[in-house]
Amino acid sequence: MTEGSSAGGVILKIDRVSKRFPGVLANDAVSVDIEQGEIHCLLGENGAGKTTLADILYGVHHPDDGALYLKGEPLRMSSPKDAIGAGIGMVHQHFEFVPPMSVLENVIIGAHSKQWLDMGQARRRLQELFDTYDVRVDPDAEVGRLSVGEQQWIEIFKTLYFGLEILILDEPTAVLTPQGVEQLFGILRRMRENGLTVILITHKLNEVMEISDRVTVLRRGKVVDTVDTADVTRQDLARMMVGRDVVFTVENEGGTPGGLLLEVDEIHVESESGRGSLEGLSLTVREGEIVGVAGVSGNGQNALFDALVGVREPSSGEIRLGGGSIVGLSARKIASLGVASVPGDRIRQGLVMDFRVKENLILGRHRSKPYASWGLLRRRPVDGFAKQSIDEFEIMTPSAAHVTRTLSGGNLQKVIMARELSQAPKLLVVHQPTRGLDVGAAEYVRRRLIQERDKGAGVLLMSEDLDEIFNLSDRIAVIYEGRIMAETRPGDTDLEEIGLWMAGISSEPDAAGASASSGNGAAGE
Amino acid sequence: MGEILTHLLTPAVIIGILAGAVRIATPLLLAALGEMVSENSGILNLSIEGTMTLGAFAGFMAMSWYENLWMGLLMAVVSGMLFSLIMALMTVTVKVNQVVAGLALNILGIGFAFFWFRSSFQDRSSLDVPTVPTFDTADIPGLSRIPVVGEVLFSQHWLTYFAFLMVPMVWILLNKTRYGLELRSIGHNPEACDMRGINIVPRQYAAVVFGGAMAGLGGVFLSLASTGMFFPDIAAGRGWIALAIVIFGNWRASWILWGSLFFGLIDALQLSLQAKGLSLPFFGDDYQVFLALPFVFTIVALVLNRSRSRSPLSLAIPYHRGER
Ligand SMILES: Nc1ncnc2c1ncn2[C@@H]1O[C@H](COP(=O)(O)OP(=O)(O)OP(=O)(O)O)[C@@H](O)[C@H]1O
Ligand SMILES: [Mg+2]
Repeated sequence: MTEGSSAGGVILKIDRVSKRFPGVLANDAVSVDIEQGEIHCLLGENGAGKTTLADILYGVHHPDDGALYLKGEPLRMSSPKDAIGAGIGMVHQHFEFVPPMSVLENVIIGAHSKQWLDMGQARRRLQELFDTYDVRVDPDAEVGRLSVGEQQWIEIFKTLYFGLEILILDEPTAVLTPQGVEQLFGILRRMRENGLTVILITHKLNEVMEISDRVTVLRRGKVVDTVDTADVTRQDLARMMVGRDVVFTVENEGGTPGGLLLEVDEIHVESESGRGSLEGLSLTVREGEIVGVAGVSGNGQNALFDALVGVREPSSGEIRLGGGSIVGLSARKIASLGVASVPGDRIRQGLVMDFRVKENLILGRHRSKPYASWGLLRRRPVDGFAKQSIDEFEIMTPSAAHVTRTLSGGNLQKVIMARELSQAPKLLVVHQPTRGLDVGAAEYVRRRLIQERDKGAGVLLMSEDLDEIFNLSDRIAVIYEGRIMAETRPGDTDLEEIGLWMAGISSEPDAAGASASSGNGAAGE
Repeated sequence: MGEILTHLLTPAVIIGILAGAVRIATPLLLAALGEMVSENSGILNLSIEGTMTLGAFAGFMAMSWYENLWMGLLMAVVSGMLFSLIMALMTVTVKVNQVVAGLALNILGIGFAFFWFRSSFQDRSSLDVPTVPTFDTADIPGLSRIPVVGEVLFSQHWLTYFAFLMVPMVWILLNKTRYGLELRSIGHNPEACDMRGINIVPRQYAAVVFGGAMAGLGGVFLSLASTGMFFPDIAAGRGWIALAIVIFGNWRASWILWGSLFFGLIDALQLSLQAKGLSLPFFGDDYQVFLALPFVFTIVALVLNRSRSRSPLSLAIPYHRGER
């Protein structure tokens, strides 16, 4: 292995660091040298120990064994405060903000040097930072009411506001739009030019190839290897990570759509914040068909999801499933009609974090057939199903009885997928089904969606990942500001056209439209 | 009913009731402001009633030993702080369930005060209650001469002026200082604050101990300003009402002021009617209905504020770093 492409020397040395949690060795003698001024990617399957390692570098966890060296000096940290003091900042995989407070307040928490709040000065500094990196978010907006994409930007700027030397980002791109990712990478490159060091965790191999100087691959807590990005291909990385060849585009013969299954007719759904409402959206899904809904998040996907599963009722319009109206039915009733769903917010809408894994796996069906009788849960069927799901989806957990909270991000997603795919649904409504999944797991989930379709289920797939939409969909609908902007087939269009539609620019490609779409990565949701 | 109205429409009675409301509001306001600060840091301190009782007792004892009112005041504050230090230790450091800890400390505080009181005055019969001199009211020169307003607002105890002064002080602390911003953030999301390098533990300790000092002051107002006596149920539910006022006031200093005054007014009204021996419509001589009113209003306020609640999101939830 050649010395890294940047000439700064080792800034952070991770020396045989181990960390054990009850039942798992999350980091097993991990050694990595991070060089000054490089963008270093951490890659690995769900549960490989990436977040754990990042948390150790940020003082959240203390290594059971091993040591860290910053610029040659031993680095001992007892809390994130020490990490910040040492010039290390981190953006977490799951958001860490104070929802009822404003963007500005969130940004200055812990970073304000004066005893008396000087909001004017803080505002100027934040605005400067926003201007420098060309991001637009209202500093006075309540963070809890922003879209996930905007919240991700706030998380990043909260860290930038500190002015640090080493920046750790744990899957920051999972909820950003393609333009947002480009914008973020622009920021990271500029930081690199200024001599800052970036440690980036992502599951998207094309992002790794695009942005990183070097990559460290983790597998089951151990380092597989650290390589120069220039020396490897996407395939190599995937193989190192999963231990087998991975197919990025799963085989898809296309479906043979049957009868009309779901009919959404001119529905209006208001949203509390006034954004992301539905303004007369119409859409159909047939049996044996995957309909991909492409769109920048915040254009009504959440409202559509909620309306379909019965959490929010449309103020007008009609939703028919197999010919019968489901408007006004309870979520439970709709689920019993054969509708399975994977929500976009896995922690708040998908799981009860303090339940055991096996309990989350049967959540929603816990009152019926094999799992309960006479109002009591039956242990054997529950355990049996848990075991089967854990094997099938390779959910990484010490046991089915473990508390769900302790699982890694991707494994949380797998629990939901396992639960929803197992019930032979008639209609599957899935929102970002592969968010945070490693390439192997994403491949598996995509295969399963195709399988369900081939068995005759209708699938409504809402995703920001256009490759996924193109790969899986029989029909593509583009959602923009609460309506379907355009509908087409994967063969009749290309990424560029869909991208324009997603930005609200209808057909007739002209030069002006293309440039307008690139700037709004952060401004749109 | 007619009798009640004639009684209430007399100017002197009105002034009396209003001045009484301000006086009665004082211990409520002190305790509620302190509790609000504590809750803003995420610690629900249910032991206010016990802390007030202890403060009233400590003040009373110090007064009877040293015959110095200021010494009494000091001891009340110190006892409130020490007592809430136990609360902080249990909830912030040991992280036990806050409701359980608060309820246990309540019983401990009241029991301890009662026990010590009885053992100090065991030779006396329970009817022969010892008394001590109390703080005089302090007229504010000039202002106290303003008709009505002067009598209602500016012929009060020093502690009352202090309590009212604490309203803007607490507001400034919470909203205009870095410390306040951090405290409020901790109450909503301690993990996020920890990740921003904020030391949570000392801040929560400080907030809880501040709450204890304020409850101690509220308590000593009862023994050394209102009555000159100590008896075990001297707090008479005021600690619980202070807790209700925090909710009623939706965790805002200004609303807590109005809440305290409002509940003070209810009590003053009740006392005035009772003193006159007037019977209530429907309830006759059962003046106890007034005791329930603060809680009824609190529930109503809770319902009305439902969508605008400013309750700290992590109230009463212990934080463990790195536990996910
Ligand atoms: N606080 C904790 N308590 C118990 N187990 C934990 C804890 N944190 C992590 N683990 C376990 O350690 C292992 C590694 O988790 P980690 O979050 O580091 O994975 P990851 O590589 O970030 O995965 P993902 O890509 O899914 O985010 C997992 O098996 C997880 O269940
Ligand atoms: Mg992770």
